[in-house]
Amino acid sequence: MRYLPLTESDRRSMLATIGAASVDDLFRDVPMAARHSGPIPELPGHMGELEVERLLGSMAARNLAAGSCPSFLGAGSYRHHVPSTVDYMIQRGEFLTAYTPYQPEISQGTLQVLFEFQTQVALLTGMDVANASMYDGATSCSEAVKMANRITRRKKAILSGGLHPHYRDVTTTDAAFTGFDAVTLPPDAFGGEDLAGMVDAQTSCVVVQYPSVFGRIYDYTELAKSCQAKGALLIVVVTEAVSLGLLTPPGDMGADIVAAEGQSFGNPLNFGGPYVGLFACKEKYVRQMPGRLCGQTVDADGKRGFVLTLSTREQHIRREKATSNICTNSGLCALAFSIHVSLLGEEGLAGLARLNHAKAVQLAEKLAGVKGVEVVNDAFFNEFTVKLPKPAAGVVETLAQRRILAGVPASRLFPGEHPDLLLVAATETNTDSDMDAFAQALAEVL
Amino acid sequence: MTVKYTKDHEWVRIEGDVGTVGVTDFAQQQLGDVVFVELPEAGRELTLGGEAAVVESVKAASDVFAPVSGTVTESNGALVEEPSMVNSAAETDGWFFKLTLSSPSELDDLMDADAYKAYVEGLH
Amino acid sequence: MNNQGRPTAIPAPTSAAGDTVTGNRGLRIEEPLIFEQDSPGRCGVDLPALPDVGLRLGPVKPRGSIGLPGLSEPQVVRHYTRLSQKNYAIDAGLYPLGSCTMKHNPRLNEKMARLPGFADVHPLQPESTVQGALALMDELAHWLKALTGMPAVTLAPAAGAHGEMAGMMAIRAALEHRGEGARKRVLVPESAHGTNPATAAAIGYSVDPIPATAEGRVDLEALKAKLGPDVAAIMLTNPNTCGLFERDIIAIAEVVHAAGAFFYCDGANFNAIVGRVMPAELGIDAMHINLHKTFSTPHGGGGPGSGPVVFSAALAPFVPVPYVRKDGDRFVLVEREGEGGTAYGRMKAFHGQMGMFVRALSYMLSHGADGLWQASGDAVLNANYLMARLNDVMTAPFEGPCMHECLFDDRFLKGTGVSTLDIAKALIDEGFHPMTMYFPLVVHGALLIEPTETESKDALDQFVTALRALAERAKTGDAAWFQAAPRFTPRRRLDETAAARKPVLRWAPEPERLEAAE
Repeated sequence: MRYLPLTESDRRSMLATIGAASVDDLFRDVPMAARHSGPIPELPGHMGELEVERLLGSMAARNLAAGSCPSFLGAGSYRHHVPSTVDYMIQRGEFLTAYTPYQPEISQGTLQVLFEFQTQVALLTGMDVANASMYDGATSCSEAVKMANRITRRKKAILSGGLHPHYRDVTTTDAAFTGFDAVTLPPDAFGGEDLAGMVDAQTSCVVVQYPSVFGRIYDYTELAKSCQAKGALLIVVVTEAVSLGLLTPPGDMGADIVAAEGQSFGNPLNFGGPYVGLFACKEKYVRQMPGRLCGQTVDADGKRGFVLTLSTREQHIRREKATSNICTNSGLCALAFSIHVSLLGEEGLAGLARLNHAKAVQLAEKLAGVKGVEVVNDAFFNEFTVKLPKPAAGVVETLAQRRILAGVPASRLFPGEHPDLLLVAATETNTDSDMDAFAQALAEVL
Repeated sequence: MTVKYTKDHEWVRIEGDVGTVGVTDFAQQQLGDVVFVELPEAGRELTLGGEAAVVESVKAASDVFAPVSGTVTESNGALVEEPSMVNSAAETDGWFFKLTLSSPSELDDLMDADAYKAYVEGLH
Repeated sequence: MNNQGRPTAIPAPTSAAGDTVTGNRGLRIEEPLIFEQDSPGRCGVDLPALPDVGLRLGPVKPRGSIGLPGLSEPQVVRHYTRLSQKNYAIDAGLYPLGSCTMKHNPRLNEKMARLPGFADVHPLQPESTVQGALALMDELAHWLKALTGMPAVTLAPAAGAHGEMAGMMAIRAALEHRGEGARKRVLVPESAHGTNPATAAAIGYSVDPIPATAEGRVDLEALKAKLGPDVAAIMLTNPNTCGLFERDIIAIAEVVHAAGAFFYCDGANFNAIVGRVMPAELGIDAMHINLHKTFSTPHGGGGPGSGPVVFSAALAPFVPVPYVRKDGDRFVLVEREGEGGTAYGRMKAFHGQMGMFVRALSYMLSHGADGLWQASGDAVLNANYLMARLNDVMTAPFEGPCMHECLFDDRFLKGTGVSTLDIAKALIDEGFHPMTMYFPLVVHGALLIEPTETESKDALDQFVTALRALAERAKTGDAAWFQAAPRFTPRRRLDETAAARKPVLRWAPEPERLEAAE
């Protein structure tokens, strides 16, 4: 077996050193009833690289890769072009095969990356501080709500109907098990929610998404003030991080916590994971923040260096009193995010965001020209909702047979509701001919 | 003026019906360099043995329990600014909070200085 | 109170005599923050032309400057290359972190995960376009069930601790379903990973510790005394965090079940027994499996992980959505259950850590049943070999054999002035990553060593030579020498006390930093 260095003669000599008769003898503490006498019969034997590649390659071939056809899916996961440097760099063994930086003297690479990542996230969101990442945007969202509950010592969260329903479900699942109230609103496809009017003395936070799952964008400045006047926090969720390159950042609107999905930078679609949750907040709340944090300090020679810090919030010290049970973060996905953002820089990020918006404006204009199609949003970033004259799920399936991934039917996210609505996203990867093909095919099937 | 000690390494100094509470020198040595304290706000009602404050070093976090019941009258703001005072002056300037005792008889169950010294020696 | 706090401050800066002009030392190159390399107008990407269309941002204004630095591609490549060179890694050498399982990460797995048919697939594509992805999830589930003997699995959790959460939620859902929601106590051994009590507490359970015996295992009699009608579950790591198999595990399962409670097993150490021992036959109801430990998906400097959970028949109906179901010859992704559904909710935005699933399955296929049998055997052999070679100079708190990791305490350092931490730092200078220190908490000054099966005998012998020499040197009382270690690393000991007292968690341009300090 190519991954196992011990030879039979090594094993014999090691057993002699140990004073054991056989490897089985080392398992003598396992009850006899549970010990197997040999490899599990119903599983196959080992394979060489070639055989594994054939087998997994055949499975991969049964999927339609989004890049092989015009694709307009978003709703929390976005196809962007990832510069080659990113994937090359994250495969360096020193990043790929290192553990959590528990020994800072020999982990300064990972630690400096995390410090830079935290800074990038803080700058993008317009917040004071950010942590070293969470599992994904949805878990970030739920952790943000729990943090608001701790800060306010209140237990009622109000979740906007513009929040991605999977983020909502992760939060309500947490609510049911950890014991807080999550008030959910109906899908906000057309606008008109009165969130400020719902905030009362029991409310710990209001959670909004920016842009919303329907692609709508609002200025939340007044909502932040209303929340804070009543002692509640405003949590802003962002699922398309590229939008932060163009839109007024949540921090400038007065958000207390920002919970976001960072997949758009550096990370492929991956059928939904692994992704990278971003988490940022105002400085005064930092000791209530979940997850790992990297901080700057000096070493014994007085040189600048970095360490994991404020770890007393975490489970390995606080155990049952920890701010959360999180142990692993999304280190390598955070690295990919960070490298991509470093390559873009100020000019590249602003340009990329502007380009995404322009592509979406073009697509909205093209789709509005298709008979029977109505673009619902006046304002959006790179994703918007269209109303079709027939159920969107069927249209999407029909177009998929023609190798066009048309978008996400609202009914897939909100079963039984808004069957005629379709969420459509455009990014820098979509060409004019992609968009024309989509508009034409849509006209043909409606 | 009386000083009493708990098995959890808090001390309480009694002056009239006001008690001043902190952690012992032994406790600060065990914690190592203290980096953060969280203190109760004035007016909070504490009950004997309940969580009153938190003290953190880099690698440990400990709750500080109320050695007696009472109402918090004041906490040591200087300690929040300079947590290292827990290390340098645990049983003097490094006090955590003051409270008005509601059941002074609870003091009878606490250790005096000699008993605490013997208790700590027994831990080794 | 945790009395194992280790020194976290550092001595006063020593002189920097012998430094180079640049501060660099050969291959060890100093690298400033990316923010300190800014040149406005420079950019590492070239974008397609911007179409000439107006903004449709409604009430929202375009933002002003973000504050990101501008760098070209070669500068970015150099920045991250230099940073990478300041990391230790399993690719570079022995990384014997106990309970973390730093085994070789095969590159085939990376290649497979990057096939466009897996990496470039959107989670919300129509089911008809992702049959291969669903088939892969189903195949991984099949392997996990076959290797554990358990009838059901959820792939949703993003990491081990997330899997614990999923498992404990399933237990609570099952108890509530049968009208026993009043069970509110969870028994957790003192030696448990910190995530266990944190998880139980997070979902509303009180945590009741179970003491260990002198043999480093759960005290069965103490456990029996703690069981009662209010106990929801026991959370037990097996092999446990002392690297020992819980000999009484079947009896533990029986008494726990007789009391009407569930048996949650922390499967972080499954790599010790994979392919040889089936958790189902030990009486376990739920167990998470860290794909990033047992099945070699890379740790990546702290994630991403993946923590599927296998379930017994009693818990099988109580899983989170989504899950894959086979319907004839087609795979269906169940994202919501209808009327009468018993799924308890959702853990994650999408379907789980697909990229990790591909890597783990690639590892499983490469090994096969025979390779896994050999891998767990070699992992246990390597750990026992280290134990045997170190036992006379270090002190082991418990009798062997151990499983995949061997545990020492700090009695061998008593009176020397040298601590577990000092040994670890001196080991760094010798070119090894240290073992896990000060965990498990039930042992004083713990040193927990997990070599894994992918280390050769030569590598183990080199490690033994270094560690024996350090143990001998410590006994000569050369504490000052130890406390000055490490000496040859990109940075020497770092001041964690200063970092925590006045946290600096981000770079800021100078004026802003001054404001923040005021």
